[in-house]
Amino acid sequence: MLKLDAVTVQKGDFRLQADLQIATGAQVAVIGPSGAGKSTLLEAIAGFLLARDGRILWRGEDITALPPGQRPVAMLFQDGNLFPHLTLRQNVGLGIDANRRLSAAQTDVVSAALARVGLGGMEERKPADLSGGQQSRAALARVLVQGRDLLLLDEPFAALGPALKAEMLDLVAEIVAEKGATLLMVSHDPQDARRIAAEVVLVAEGRALPPLPTAEMLDNPPPALRAYLGAPQILDPDR
Amino acid sequence: MKPLFVASALLAATAATTATAETPELVVFTYDSFVSEWGPGPAVEEAFEATCGCDLKFVGAGDGAALLARIKLEGGRSEADIVLGLDTNLTAAAKETGLFAPIAVDANYALPIAWADDSFAPYDWGYFAFVHNADAAAPANFRALGDSDAKIVIQDPRSSTPGLGLLMWVKAAYGDEAPAIWEGLSDNIVTVTKGWSEAYGLFLEGEADMVLSYTTSPAYHLIAEEDGSKAAALFDEGHYMQVEVAGKLAASDQPELADQFLQFMVSDAFQSIIPTTNWMFPAVMPEGGLPEGFAETLSADKSLLLPAGDAAALRDEALDEWLSALSQ
Amino acid sequence: MAERAQPIGRARPASLHPVAPWPGTCAALGVALLVLGTLAAVAMRAEGGGSGFGPAEVSALRFTLIQASLSAVFSVGLAIPVARALARRRFAGRRVLITILGAPFILPVIVAILGLLAVFGRSGWISDALGVFGIAPLRIYGLHGVVMAHVFFNLPLATRLILQGWQEIPAERFRLAAQLNAGPRAMWRLLEAPMLRRILPGVMAVIFAICLSSFAVALTLGGGPKATTLELAIYQAFHFDFDLGRAAVLSTVQLGLTVVAAVLALRVPVGEGFGAGLDRAVVRWDATGRSATALDVVWIGFATLFLMLPLLAVLVAGAPGLLSLPAPVWSAAWVSVQVAALSTVLLLLVALPLSASIALGRRQLGEIAGILGLAASPLVIGTGLFVLIYPVANPAHVALPVTALVNMVMALPFALRILVPRMQQVMQQNARLALALDMRGPAFWRRVIWPRCRAQIGFAAGLTAALSLGDLGVVALFADPETATLPLQVYRLMGAYRMETAQAAALLLFILSMGAFWLLDRGGKFHAEA
Repeated sequence: MLKLDAVTVQKGDFRLQADLQIATGAQVAVIGPSGAGKSTLLEAIAGFLLARDGRILWRGEDITALPPGQRPVAMLFQDGNLFPHLTLRQNVGLGIDANRRLSAAQTDVVSAALARVGLGGMEERKPADLSGGQQSRAALARVLVQGRDLLLLDEPFAALGPALKAEMLDLVAEIVAEKGATLLMVSHDPQDARRIAAEVVLVAEGRALPPLPTAEMLDNPPPALRAYLGAPQILDPDR
Repeated sequence: MKPLFVASALLAATAATTATAETPELVVFTYDSFVSEWGPGPAVEEAFEATCGCDLKFVGAGDGAALLARIKLEGGRSEADIVLGLDTNLTAAAKETGLFAPIAVDANYALPIAWADDSFAPYDWGYFAFVHNADAAAPANFRALGDSDAKIVIQDPRSSTPGLGLLMWVKAAYGDEAPAIWEGLSDNIVTVTKGWSEAYGLFLEGEADMVLSYTTSPAYHLIAEEDGSKAAALFDEGHYMQVEVAGKLAASDQPELADQFLQFMVSDAFQSIIPTTNWMFPAVMPEGGLPEGFAETLSADKSLLLPAGDAAALRDEALDEWLSALSQ
Repeated sequence: MAERAQPIGRARPASLHPVAPWPGTCAALGVALLVLGTLAAVAMRAEGGGSGFGPAEVSALRFTLIQASLSAVFSVGLAIPVARALARRRFAGRRVLITILGAPFILPVIVAILGLLAVFGRSGWISDALGVFGIAPLRIYGLHGVVMAHVFFNLPLATRLILQGWQEIPAERFRLAAQLNAGPRAMWRLLEAPMLRRILPGVMAVIFAICLSSFAVALTLGGGPKATTLELAIYQAFHFDFDLGRAAVLSTVQLGLTVVAAVLALRVPVGEGFGAGLDRAVVRWDATGRSATALDVVWIGFATLFLMLPLLAVLVAGAPGLLSLPAPVWSAAWVSVQVAALSTVLLLLVALPLSASIALGRRQLGEIAGILGLAASPLVIGTGLFVLIYPVANPAHVALPVTALVNMVMALPFALRILVPRMQQVMQQNARLALALDMRGPAFWRRVIWPRCRAQIGFAAGLTAALSLGDLGVVALFADPETATLPLQVYRLMGAYRMETAQAAALLLFILSMGAFWLLDRGGKFHAEA
């Protein structure tokens, strides 16, 4: 279980408070108005922002003061998920050990991960030679070999087309299911949330609220969310 | 980095330890151009070591003034036994340090002036002069130079020995009229350089018609390069002398050897090396005389030299006059 | 895609960096200690109080400030259009041209002066040509001559630094601007002007500081004692008066001026930079018009002629004697190569951690420590080191390491200007990902900084090697006959009337400097992208 115990994070003038729990293995979408602090919440969990107050616990262990790389967290950002000067093999290999040369066995793991995301045989390519979707896949291959318990996605697929994005989300869902990982993903699109997240954390007005079931939240949005979502019929064409 | 560092340290160390304890070592501080491969140093070293059963080690330090500064910095702890290369503009200040021992050198000096100094012995000397291209007419004195439109390049007295020599030359020849002479010269001076090399280089490049140097300079071009195109302008007010001297440090750990070197310095073996390496007049005329084509010495009344004490006393005043005349 | 303010940098706690800033802080303190410690050593060695600041010193101060300010303004002002032209033109020989244009910066002073005068002097090529038409020769001596010589020395440096700024604008931004149909003027407003605002203050401060400690150039081209600089006053204090107290006071003033210049430059906001790019080759879609092309051709032509003609004069003067150089010149060349190699290694050991630490936000300390090296009078550092070393070792025995060390300190400010912007960019782009992957110190250096900064490291190393080869520095204070460096040997040859041999030795020095620079600079770019 991930527990944010009365956490306050400060980023410039902006302050976000969070007091919530997320079950191990849950798949949670983080939604809310632009600028409400969705990314801030993820950065606090990942350790890029240190909590001013409160504690962050993972399975009962206090990780509040751990540096980012030592938290049980893999995170994908909007951009900059790959080192542009390294090959895919090197980039993915960093997920196994960023500080030492890889063994032959570890190199095989890297190749397997690349094959798993559909990039088999592209080990020696560099990110600039790849399409946007391929870059996302490579980043996911690294997440795969990192084997962390918590996967945080800060809209890494925002630049992809709808079909490609759906494909990536499905790949994420598969990986999460395989690894039994817990997923938190920032989303602007309620469709994404419905697609793979069972629960939703709403971030609005400087607060991150405890998770609620996705369908319930989207079907009966609270006022803050309603304002953000706008007219429901447009957002939910299934109805 | 390590191997390089070690290599250079070793290099220096071997250079220093070639003289083992059995062979006495005589350390001579001198100006840089004396020790260079093209100066008298290598030949002098060879000649003295052939007779002394010792190791003669030259250490070069800039020019004469830098040499004195270094001796002052090192004080009584200096490893030097001999300081060679001060001139009469510096000997008063050198004596003031109290670091020099009295010497007794016996020589029949070929200087146009009588030499009597119990701390320093001369080894060569020369006259400052303006050097020009032989095919161009040269003015006969400072006033004529000031009236002409000849362009000259000189050295800064604050950083250069010849530059200071020129200051003394004008002062010795004109006394209180020196400022007027400088005013007359100010529109002839193309520029002022840090040292002799820069000025002479500018002259050779054609930037000026004349350069402050020595009467012996044309001899280099004539003897070494077989080029007779340079001449030194003889001024009728006479020429200021530079007398280069050596002295013995009181703290020397080889006082006898130091005395032996100073006596060697005025011997034929040393003196015959001077004319075509340092391009100055030897302090004692070598047996073979001066080389063919070398400059001629001037009569005593054309040989100007302020006594060391006067030179030191007049220095600051002369500099102020120079600065204010040329800063207009 | 909108740029997102990245939470890397100022706001983050010290522990959240992939590399620790303390080695850089130590390096900065070490450099400051060397510069200030040697100054203190000189001051403490002074007997009696140094006579204070008289009218002569005041006028030296005034002249120093005027010439250094003008030199900085003209160097940078001319470098902007030249760098811009070089940034947006692609032509055969461009890279070679850029390398050779850098040459004046690494030329020994006396050689450069003779080269300049051979072209612009009273009997130089231009005056001779004017003479054919009955026009009076150029008058180069005076304040304008000083500024011209300083521009000759520093235009290459300014151009390279500004060009680097242009090259650090990611290709994506130019593509975006092209997409918006931005012409040259809009390109200027959107991309180039902000980049220049970020880069120019530092470049100006560096050149100002270099020119502050000018001495032989200012005096020779200035045409007389009117052109007395602080550095000459320091030299006079040592050489003419042996007044160490006054030398220390003057040197403190010179250091103070440099620090003021550096602080003013640092107060200019750095801005946000241009964010990440994906290392695509830069293609420029703007400036294809005929007038823009003509303008660039004029500027490149101007820089080439102005910088190359004096070099050509050096070449012409030195070439005849090059093959018959005497053995002592070759052995001195070998000594100089060793000094340069040691200097370069020392530089990397200091400049890399220091630039990383500056990129992590320790700007003030690092940059000021870096720029101190420029303002420090070589004479004061040399004398101070002599005073410090003399009681414990024979100065001649440490001549080469000490020379290498001082040359390193003198080259450090340039190396920092080259390394810091790239280091900032690399930190901004890669620190978060490295942190997320728990990539620590050595691995971050090896896997991210080294490959991504290779071109800049090569440039900085090449510049240091070249500067160290060409610099007379402090070796004259320490050297004995066995350890003469090549520049010292050039002076010795001139002092022994051997002007032609000296010019050939100077050409050898120039070839070695350019060779070292080329080797390291190209080595850094070999197989490196961007």
